[in-house]
Amino acid sequence: MKSKDRMKDFGIFALPGMFCFFTVVMIPFIYGIYLTFTDWNGVSQVKNFIGIKNFVGVIRDTQFWVSLLLTFQYVILVVILVNIIAFAIGFLLTRGIKGQNFFRTGFFTPNLIGGIVLGYIWQFVFSRVLVGIGENTGWGLFESSWLSEPDKAFAALVLVSVWQLSGYMILIYVAGFMGLSEDVMEAASIDGASGWVKLKNIILPLMMSSITICLFLTLSRAFMVYDMNLSLTAGGPYGSTEMAAMHVYEKAFTSRQFGIGQAEALILFLVVACISGLQVYLTKKQEVEA
Amino acid sequence: MGKTRIGGNKRHIVNFLSMTGLTLIFIAYMFPFLMVIINSLKQKRDIIKSPFSWLFTIKGLSFDNFVKAFTQMDFLNAIKNSLFVTGSATILVTVFAAMLAYYIVRHRNAMSKVTFVLMVASMIIPFQAIMIPLVSIYGGTLNILNHRPTLIFMHVGFSMSMSVFMFHGYIKGNVPIALEEAACIDGCTHVQTFFKIVFPLLKPIISTMVILNALAFWNDFLLPSLVLTDKKLLTLPLSTYSFYGTYSADYGTIMAGLLLCVLPILILYVVLQKQIIGGVVAGAVK
Repeated sequence: MKSKDRMKDFGIFALPGMFCFFTVVMIPFIYGIYLTFTDWNGVSQVKNFIGIKNFVGVIRDTQFWVSLLLTFQYVILVVILVNIIAFAIGFLLTRGIKGQNFFRTGFFTPNLIGGIVLGYIWQFVFSRVLVGIGENTGWGLFESSWLSEPDKAFAALVLVSVWQLSGYMILIYVAGFMGLSEDVMEAASIDGASGWVKLKNIILPLMMSSITICLFLTLSRAFMVYDMNLSLTAGGPYGSTEMAAMHVYEKAFTSRQFGIGQAEALILFLVVACISGLQVYLTKKQEVEA
Repeated sequence: MGKTRIGGNKRHIVNFLSMTGLTLIFIAYMFPFLMVIINSLKQKRDIIKSPFSWLFTIKGLSFDNFVKAFTQMDFLNAIKNSLFVTGSATILVTVFAAMLAYYIVRHRNAMSKVTFVLMVASMIIPFQAIMIPLVSIYGGTLNILNHRPTLIFMHVGFSMSMSVFMFHGYIKGNVPIALEEAACIDGCTHVQTFFKIVFPLLKPIISTMVILNALAFWNDFLLPSLVLTDKKLLTLPLSTYSFYGTYSADYGTIMAGLLLCVLPILILYVVLQKQIIGGVVAGAVK
């Protein structure tokens, strides 16, 4: 009776959730590791075991390494800019100025909207509005569309990502600043600490847990950018802004090289996991209690 | 007295400066949305001539763009699909995750421990590392792509680990076992105890998770694009994508279409801004 009850509890409470999780996440993940050792082309029923040939294919796929390098540049720029901007705005928004809730709400708006729609909105801004401004004012910077030149298209992608993500991080930094104890800040002022010293020796260490979260979120989001990449630049011009996640998609579903695509996806996963793990380890060490 | 006045003045100046700075930044942030709104009412030649000019300087404003976008995007159908997928998946993942988390907290056996560890570890796996085998299994072997329930099922699966993790933390800290024991003595079955006693106690974390999951499902593009290809089944982001591909040169219609897409969620945001902001912060900080 007792064990029957236990089985019933398990069946009702645990089974539905576990079933969804294992069939959608765990089994495909493990099956995906197996796929990297086969020559499956997406259509045929036969999969031949071909050893590590796919990984050799990955090494030879220079376009993948180019896109990975580009992704690194993109991630570094986005992570640094987002966190500096969000930290500064988050600080200003907790100084008791009027309408700070309104600002906070407004800045977050881009995060409610999917990357596809945001990308299209900005595509219009870059290719029509800014060009229009350039034509009317003779401002050279905007004379031609940013999206038609490789370097500027990359800058556009960084700019839009920073625009979106900083609104999200502002929320987290604001929550962090509101948790800072006024007593500590006051004590520092009485002791004669200047603004810079206060920032370096008191605010930054006490804000470390917010910084850990924000760095982790921006890192993992930036590495996996896809929607916005697709709708803003579609990898162009001439494939110059194709990020790693988009390359993996193209490799598998456009070139139909599923084995190589999956191997690249796993390499990307390992890279992201190592870097975020290292980041969390390093910043957590800096965290202090007030 | 005098001293506070001086301090007060300085404070005023600083406040004024940061207020001005923030307002400028804010306007720059909102600029793209402003452009969409302005241009959604213009005709194509006016958009090309002067995309940033204000409405009152232009003749021939009309809502034609909206009518066209509305029909060309099959807007009603897309929003119906999105509502159905988002709604079902959100309800299912909330109930399943709360039950599973409750089971894991109250039954500390090897299996529940292993499941929990696997779930936490799996949260770091990006979707891109799973999508190819996912298509291979569900499209090739099982052949059940192109059905909305398949998409709902996958949404539930992918959001399960994060949701269980959040519920787990909440139940552990906030649901006293004494209440359940009392219910048990009063003759409640385990299922009754859960739905009548435990589930109502989870309200705060439920609202956080509903907001986070529903936003993610509503805006998701990559997973639905792999699962649904039939035109009748497209969700809002998918139909925006195909609509843009067809009409990309017809700027006015495009702007109207994009505005239609973001409008439902913006309206919801205005109504529920406190809850949404609170939910997002709670979700990130945990």
